[in-house]
Amino acid sequence: MQENGFAANSANNEFVAFRVGAQEFCVDIMGVREIRGWTPATPLPHAPPYVRGVINLRGAVLPIVDLAMRFGLGLTEPTPRSVIIVVHIHQQIVGLLVDAVSDILTSSEASMQPTPDIASDMAKTFVKGVYAVDGRMISIVTLDSVLPINAKAAA
Amino acid sequence: MDSMAAIRQTFFQECEEQLSEMELGLLAMDEGNADSETVNAVFRAVHSIKGGAGAFKLSQLVQFAHTFETALDHVRGGKLTPTPDVMKVMLRAADVLADLVEASRDGREINEASYEGIAADVKALTVVDGVEEVEEPIDFQPTVIDFGLPEISVEAAPVANALHEYHINFTPRAELYDNANEAVLVLRELNRLGTMQATCDASAIPSLDEVDPNGAYLSWSVSLSSEAEISSVREVFEFVEGEAELAIETDGQAEVSDADIAALLAQALGSTSAEAPTTMLEMPVEAGQEESAPKQEMSPTETPSSEPAAVHVLSVEAAKPEAKIASVPTQTTIRVEFDRVDRLINLVGELVINQAMLSQRVIEANFAGSSSVVIGLEELEQLTREIQESVMAIRAQPVKPMFQRMSRTVREVADATGKEVRLKTEGEATEVDKTVVERLAEPLTHMIRNAVDHGIEAPEVRLAAGKPAEGTVRLTAAHRSGRIVIEISDDGAGVNRQKVLASAIKKGLIPADAQLSDSDIDNLLFLPGFSTAATISNISGRGVGMDVVKRSIQALGGRISISSRPGLGSTFSMSLPLTLAVLDGMAVSVAGQTLVVPLTAIVETLKPKKTDIHGLGAEGRVMSIRETFVPLIDLGAELGFRDTPAQPENSVAILVETGGGTRNALLVDSIQDQRQVVIKSLEANYGTVAGIAAATILGDGRVALILDVDALVTASFEESLSGELHYGTGG
Repeated sequence: MQENGFAANSANNEFVAFRVGAQEFCVDIMGVREIRGWTPATPLPHAPPYVRGVINLRGAVLPIVDLAMRFGLGLTEPTPRSVIIVVHIHQQIVGLLVDAVSDILTSSEASMQPTPDIASDMAKTFVKGVYAVDGRMISIVTLDSVLPINAKAAA
Repeated sequence: MDSMAAIRQTFFQECEEQLSEMELGLLAMDEGNADSETVNAVFRAVHSIKGGAGAFKLSQLVQFAHTFETALDHVRGGKLTPTPDVMKVMLRAADVLADLVEASRDGREINEASYEGIAADVKALTVVDGVEEVEEPIDFQPTVIDFGLPEISVEAAPVANALHEYHINFTPRAELYDNANEAVLVLRELNRLGTMQATCDASAIPSLDEVDPNGAYLSWSVSLSSEAEISSVREVFEFVEGEAELAIETDGQAEVSDADIAALLAQALGSTSAEAPTTMLEMPVEAGQEESAPKQEMSPTETPSSEPAAVHVLSVEAAKPEAKIASVPTQTTIRVEFDRVDRLINLVGELVINQAMLSQRVIEANFAGSSSVVIGLEELEQLTREIQESVMAIRAQPVKPMFQRMSRTVREVADATGKEVRLKTEGEATEVDKTVVERLAEPLTHMIRNAVDHGIEAPEVRLAAGKPAEGTVRLTAAHRSGRIVIEISDDGAGVNRQKVLASAIKKGLIPADAQLSDSDIDNLLFLPGFSTAATISNISGRGVGMDVVKRSIQALGGRISISSRPGLGSTFSMSLPLTLAVLDGMAVSVAGQTLVVPLTAIVETLKPKKTDIHGLGAEGRVMSIRETFVPLIDLGAELGFRDTPAQPENSVAILVETGGGTRNALLVDSIQDQRQVVIKSLEANYGTVAGIAAATILGDGRVALILDVDALVTASFEESLSGELHYGTGG
């Protein structure tokens, strides 16, 4: 009910902002389950390069998606400061490997700007819109197509 | 709507229990070792199904259950002897009832013609000496026999067709509602007996703030004019006996009410408080009351005196043990959603891993073996293991329901083939994981069909061979060294080895000059594309053979074997893991990763010599094992963990067998150990991965992958095929 209320009067939504390479992105906080440190993942055979493997999240097997690689920004070299954002995507739980979590933003639907029209597949596929925050540009990520297509179909 | 759906679901769940209870009782009756309680249990089961079905307006189910129930009532009353022929009809009726329940549950249309015949057969059972009894209006009503009171004269019995006027006062007590009975259902049932006028007395309802939501405040007074005997009227109240104040007056003649009897009894026993008989006495009073009722009815002039009271006391004695048995619940159970159990199992699995990690840390920290930390940790380990076992036991279920279903299969196949077969089961209480039970039902049905169709001979053949005309199929279950072993044996002709051999040669499954031992020949039955029946019958020959059975057993992590003795019969023996939540596997290292190979797939492990490995084609390699060549799969390269092929002399080969029976050698770096692993789904959060069956979590908290040997072998074969094609076009 409360969520609906928020949406209805297009009041403020909260977002978790994070850094991937030199760029900043954010996801709706309602989809974030937890944030945890990097642990080495078990590689999956025949997986696309952006799927770093799977880790154990309290008994559940959690796939880790390297967002930098997914966005075409090159492979992330995990450091002790790297972070895994555990998010819900439909019925599944997925870990997103990012360089760092930078901020919690409060923003409204209204202040979202459409994605600037550039010839980037990445932008078209993963970016829903952008926010301007203190001179920074933060892209809002849609997570629907983060996992490989065959994996989603099989699930 | 939702709550209704939930109730409906509960009803069908309960139906399943009732059906299994019924089947069990009927089988006991069939075998001739049933007492009156067994018959009662069967009757109650059918009656409950009828009652519930009535509430959901499943009229076909109600009707059939009613017919069936009537027949059972006759058995209960001693009017119908459960001869083998009668039991045959009863068992078939039970099958139909199960079908109807299932059809009702799935909301399927029920074709009445499909069970008309059997319904007629059941009805025919209730016809005694050409006179059909029960509610149908008929001339003669011999109900008096019911009570076994020889002194009752026939003259005293009222003429059946005459209309009786009953005045019934019915005041449910709170217990009635507590026991999930419902006054309206009783009244509705009563209404079926004749013309009824019911008045509800709501005067006892207290003011709103004093009302107990679980209390019972309503009472009904009913005038009923019906052709039915008072016994039929009483029967309506059978299920609420002791849970309501009940007074039935016939044609103005008062029948002794509960309260009267209680008062009399209290008097007879010298109780000081006649009005409030102790609750301990309540139950026997009601149990004895039924017998006393007709006596009252038959001698209406007799005034209640100390004499009937004495009778009551006597019947109290007689009724006591029965009442006791009925009141002791066989086993208290609760219904728990499967998800909750799974969640618990997951958490406990996690606890085990955590505990293992903790142990690891303590060892690393170099605590003395006698330190309190180490001792405490050992206790924790023991506790965790116990918790894990207990949790696994929650999922465990006895194989009994599945075994019971098999007896139906035996009946059907025996009927269709004109054979006489009896199923004997042993070890029904053996418990195994619910999923195993569910997935075992199909292969087991298939094997039972085979045993009856192919194993057991026709009666005349059996007699000629000096065997009893009736064949026996034995189905047993037992726990053996951490696995469940299920055996199906028949006392039939055994495997006809000449025929099997000839058939296999004809189908090109083996070379014509193959030299096979007897057991080798028996095992040919499991080969894909093998069918033994000379003529494909519509029972077992459906194009699926024992190979399918073998594959499904292997998919469950089990193995199957056959042993057969000519003229004496065959035995199929299956050994299965107790649970699908854990798996016996071999942990191996490949390119720095740990992988788990299911133990059921492993034939042997070998240390290959360089000379054992031979190249074949562009990339293919084979390994020679005792003069036979099997394809070699380099796991590291196959799974993409490394680019360069492994050096065989630094590796270990694991010989695996797929469900289809083909053998391959898997090349791994080293073998770590053999262990039980908890199976975790990869699909839940990711998807299927070719060659990988599932994942597990190791003691150090990392995820390890469990190989799917069948898929891996197939994938490897296709890959090398496409590789060759690629090279072919490239060159």
